[in-house]
Amino acid sequence: MFLKEYIQDIYGAVKSLLIGMRRTGYYFTNHKEIITQQYPDNKATLNLSERFRGEVVMIHDENNEHACTGCTACELACPNATIKIITQFDISPDGKKKKALNKFVYHLDLCTMCNLCIVACPTDAIKMANTFEHSVFDRSKLTKILNNPDSKIRAGIE
Amino acid sequence: MYKETDILKESSVEGNLIINIGPQHPSTHGVLHLVVTLNGETIKKVEPHLGYIHRSIEKMCESLSYRQFIYVTSKMDYLSSHINNHGCAMCVEKGLQIEVPPRAQVIRVLMDELTRLSSHQLWWGAMAMDIGALTPFFHAFREREMITSIFEETCGTRLTMNYMVPGGVMADVNTNFQKSVKDFIIHFKNKINEYDELLTGNIIFQNRTKGVGFISKENAISFGCSGPTARGSGVSCDIRKLYPYEVYNQLDFDEILEPGGDCFARYLVRMKEMKQSISIIEQLIDNIPDGDFQAKTKAVLKLPKGEFYSSVESARGEFGVYIVSEGGTTPYRIKFRSPGFSNLSALDFMSREGKIGDLIAIMGSLDLVIPDIDR
Repeated sequence: MFLKEYIQDIYGAVKSLLIGMRRTGYYFTNHKEIITQQYPDNKATLNLSERFRGEVVMIHDENNEHACTGCTACELACPNATIKIITQFDISPDGKKKKALNKFVYHLDLCTMCNLCIVACPTDAIKMANTFEHSVFDRSKLTKILNNPDSKIRAGIE
Repeated sequence: MYKETDILKESSVEGNLIINIGPQHPSTHGVLHLVVTLNGETIKKVEPHLGYIHRSIEKMCESLSYRQFIYVTSKMDYLSSHINNHGCAMCVEKGLQIEVPPRAQVIRVLMDELTRLSSHQLWWGAMAMDIGALTPFFHAFREREMITSIFEETCGTRLTMNYMVPGGVMADVNTNFQKSVKDFIIHFKNKINEYDELLTGNIIFQNRTKGVGFISKENAISFGCSGPTARGSGVSCDIRKLYPYEVYNQLDFDEILEPGGDCFARYLVRMKEMKQSISIIEQLIDNIPDGDFQAKTKAVLKLPKGEFYSSVESARGEFGVYIVSEGGTTPYRIKFRSPGFSNLSALDFMSREGKIGDLIAIMGSLDLVIPDIDR
């Protein structure tokens, strides 16, 4: 009786190992499913989703105009103080003082890509870009100014 | 409380040897430090030392607004970040008494179940790797990659999503979402049988896990275990069944209970839970109702004065959020009830009088995520 159980145990054990090995053997002989991506060789065909959060950028149109009013909604929404907005007072042609954006300072090294600034922006002036290769030689290069030089606010945006 | 003199006291017992496991990734789960008292190869005592990845998230949350603090919680239990965010969003909604639109509820449940699947897949690979089988890790990551791609399509990120916001979800699902999820379900239904072939039936794996790390039902309750760890001892503790939230009360799924109480029982609970998650996703994926994905909320959220608690079933157990509000824009105090901390407290009990090799199997079966324990 003891011998019978002993042999049954061994039979079951060997069978379970063979079942596993069959699966291993299948993958050994059928290596069609290649899921490894050969980055960076596949850079040309790399397909990132549209919503991928790479970094915050400011949208500029062809006239070098943006939609940022300098309202600091994004600065208040940011949990890490990633965004700092420096405003200035423009004098409009009719002599009125108007608050406008001077510098949109963005600290990429502090950003956690939580998307809260994009949601908070009332004029959709900023968006998340698909770029993800952010390595630089010096940390100070990670502090960026998002508005282009000499850019100004698009007409009609309050 | 641990004192230096404790080590001297125990080491003076003849034959006792104290070794430190960690704090550098003892079994690829995170920065946990275990002080193990051994007699030969028999474990006399295991003392986990925490705090190596403590980031004071609870204190940090006190200075963040009710919209901002949610993103921090995805960095606690990074494998079930959607579920953490969900718990926090639900607690804020409870305070503000916001009704979440049905579409957002269904999307939330779908995301939760996908997160649970991806977390259990990683656990499956990691547990097998702890025990010494390397192949399952690659199999698990192959399937997990599909889920992270689905998250990337809809949420924009792969691990720390910050997708659940008070009132619903941050954005509507991607147009590809339904198709990708269906593709994944078809793919994964075939592959989960492979998981069983490779590991569940394997005699070496069974010998390493059966009868190892036993914890009885009563002890599991008294240690405060939850999730698959407790259900492996036959404790009914699924928040989705006991205190249903969102649309879970309309769904047809089983709470998995295994009476075994050992590592293999906990393993089986998670394997069967994966099949339940697939069934939940199948029930919902074609029935996402139309409508808003987010309820209308004020720009600045202010919770009324009082205390609010809500809990969700994360991949590791009960995740609870407790907010004390003084009526301002930031919480006065936030406490997170993380499942990993309570489950870890049972590790000493489980591994006593076991062998040193079993310790790693027990840790694997607990599915520890250290940032969740330390916070």
